[in-house]
Amino acid sequence: MKKIEVIQNILEANETIASRNQQLLDKHKVFAVNIMSSPGAGKTSLILQTLARLKGKLNVAVIEGDVASTVDAEKVQREAKAVVQINTRNMPESCSLIAAMIESALKNMPLNNIDLILIENVGNLICPSEFALGEHKRIVVSSLPEGDDKPIKYPLIFIDAHAVIINKMDLLPYVDFDIAAFRRSITGLNPKAEIFEVSCRTGEGIERWCSSILEQVEAKVVRRQKSDS
Amino acid sequence: MHELGITENIVNIALAKAGEAQASKVAQINLVIGEMSGFVPDCIQFYFDSLSKDTIAEGAVLHFESVPTQLRCRDCDTIFRPQDAVWPCPKCGGQSVEIFKGRELYIESLEVE
Repeated sequence: MKKIEVIQNILEANETIASRNQQLLDKHKVFAVNIMSSPGAGKTSLILQTLARLKGKLNVAVIEGDVASTVDAEKVQREAKAVVQINTRNMPESCSLIAAMIESALKNMPLNNIDLILIENVGNLICPSEFALGEHKRIVVSSLPEGDDKPIKYPLIFIDAHAVIINKMDLLPYVDFDIAAFRRSITGLNPKAEIFEVSCRTGEGIERWCSSILEQVEAKVVRRQKSDS
Repeated sequence: MHELGITENIVNIALAKAGEAQASKVAQINLVIGEMSGFVPDCIQFYFDSLSKDTIAEGAVLHFESVPTQLRCRDCDTIFRPQDAVWPCPKCGGQSVEIFKGRELYIESLEVE
């Protein structure tokens, strides 16, 4: 019997593909956002609102990840520059998008004509936190009916997020959700996370979120143009 | 839930390393898995038994070393084990913490013949 030292990250294969995806996106000056949440928190609604507000300002494409169906892809089809639906049901990971799925999706997208890709991950607060996709920003959507304890119950996904969006703010009078406690939990885990309070139903707060995305996409493109010259 | 892809990676890494060492059999795979990583050992074992069939890793024992979660207080640097779901620092009461240990997910070593 012989012992071989290995010390190799089991997720390395995914991370290698993720960084290859990011290089491809960077080459085409495309900014990618990975949108994660539990089922029903409002990922698709946020995407629809974002598409409507950014229309005429950015060319936005969408990658829809779902275990099954094309319901979400159909909803966003009209406003998006390109839509790719990924169904994870028969794939090695059915509960999350992984970098290899994004790699194939990118092959079917006109990257030269796209500024921003919104990636809607599978609704799940556990698995997507483990898999990098090659995105530039990771955001978590949390909605009031889910309760204010989600960051405490599912810390990993919040720890790695660049921004947290609190959706369904219009329901505040009807649910017991302590906004201050939720914000304290997020800031404790992840002091750098930006927090947005929105309602995709009424449009409240969407303007601020879209300005922030627009600013980040433009900053990235300008910065790259400068470094190219 | 998402152990299948992970287990495929474990089998691939083990077979590659055993191949490099010109081993004829993988007897044991020593894995280090953090408590927070969200992977379930029983589930990895279940997939492993099926994925390793007809390879030199068939029948290998998976040994899991679990790394307990430890947090570090950003205010006073104290390292502590979280109690239940609330995470304030036991020394200064600070609520700003980072994960110090518990997210590990790697193959530490192989035992081969």
